[in-house]
Amino acid sequence: MLSLLLLLYWTFTKIGLFTLGGGYAMIPLMEAEIINRYGWLTAPEFLDILAIAEMTPGPVAINTASFVGFRVAGIAGSALATLGVVTPSLVILLLLGRFLQQLIRNPHATLFLKGLHPAVIALICLAVFSLGQEALTDLTTALIAAVFLAVNLMRKLSPFLIIGLGALLGLLFFPY
Amino acid sequence: MHQATTAQEETRARVSLLSIFWVFLKIGAFTFGGGYAMLPIIQREIVERNQWTDFKTFSTFLVITQSVPGTLALNCSIQIGLHLRGLPGALLATLGVILPPFAIILLIAAFFLPVYQGNVYVQAVFYGIRPAIVALIASAAVSLGRQLLSGRASIVLAAALFLIALLCNLHPIAVMLAGGLAGLVLFRKEAP
Repeated sequence: MLSLLLLLYWTFTKIGLFTLGGGYAMIPLMEAEIINRYGWLTAPEFLDILAIAEMTPGPVAINTASFVGFRVAGIAGSALATLGVVTPSLVILLLLGRFLQQLIRNPHATLFLKGLHPAVIALICLAVFSLGQEALTDLTTALIAAVFLAVNLMRKLSPFLIIGLGALLGLLFFPY
Repeated sequence: MHQATTAQEETRARVSLLSIFWVFLKIGAFTFGGGYAMLPIIQREIVERNQWTDFKTFSTFLVITQSVPGTLALNCSIQIGLHLRGLPGALLATLGVILPPFAIILLIAAFFLPVYQGNVYVQAVFYGIRPAIVALIASAAVSLGRQLLSGRASIVLAAALFLIALLCNLHPIAVMLAGGLAGLVLFRKEAP
């Protein structure tokens, strides 16, 4: 149990450390570690947790960490996973606080960061690809994803509305 | 100039640890949608409503928030706490932001997980929500791409990394390091 808790903490510390740009940028790494590496969740379960994270207040990374931690090891797991996500931010900002201004103005750091951004975009596209294969199981789900994406690109809708409509369509068209 | 500094110093000394915790607790409890949705709300609470910092200071926090690893809302809150009351301020701001989502998720997990697997209507709901989430992630990829990819070189780099990662099944951390190193080489000429 103790080693599982430590593993949770360490995994979410890694996820916090390699999250850049916030929000959905941490999904690829979560997918790689939580689904593919440790099998703590299946891909559909992961998508369900993202939906819950989106519908509850607070940063998505915190919500997801709390949920996965609870699922794997109860309240203690939840607390350690959440602390894990927080740790890199705290350590970096507290220890480097004063130097960060200069550090991010350093030309090499700027170039490195400029290369990281395309990598993050590439990874999110990959996550769309792999999670899409799990979520789009038939024509109905493929249509839901396609229509929502098209509409959202034309006119940005609230995630609440999109998830709510998805739930409604699910109730209507689920192959009971 | 000198007067302005003293005025700000005074505000800084006046902010109690309890009020830091309370304001960030509210932010954690009432803001939805993570990072980019939360930052404007933090700004409203900190700069406009409570006037704990001026906009100029806040915007330097924003730059650092987006340049260092970690959750955006958290990075921003930690810096504000640190600025106002040092280490205890930073820790209380962090605690405030994470406590409400943590508690709410625990409640949901405890009540929701038992009905999650067996109930056919819950399954029907998630059958429809899953493709909706995929659509949300795909739109995030597009809007983040518009925001972060500037110039042909970074678009080509994103496409190349996508293909390499897909074909070689690379770990995300390897892809990020590869991107950063490629950035050092590719964008060197553009640098001033």
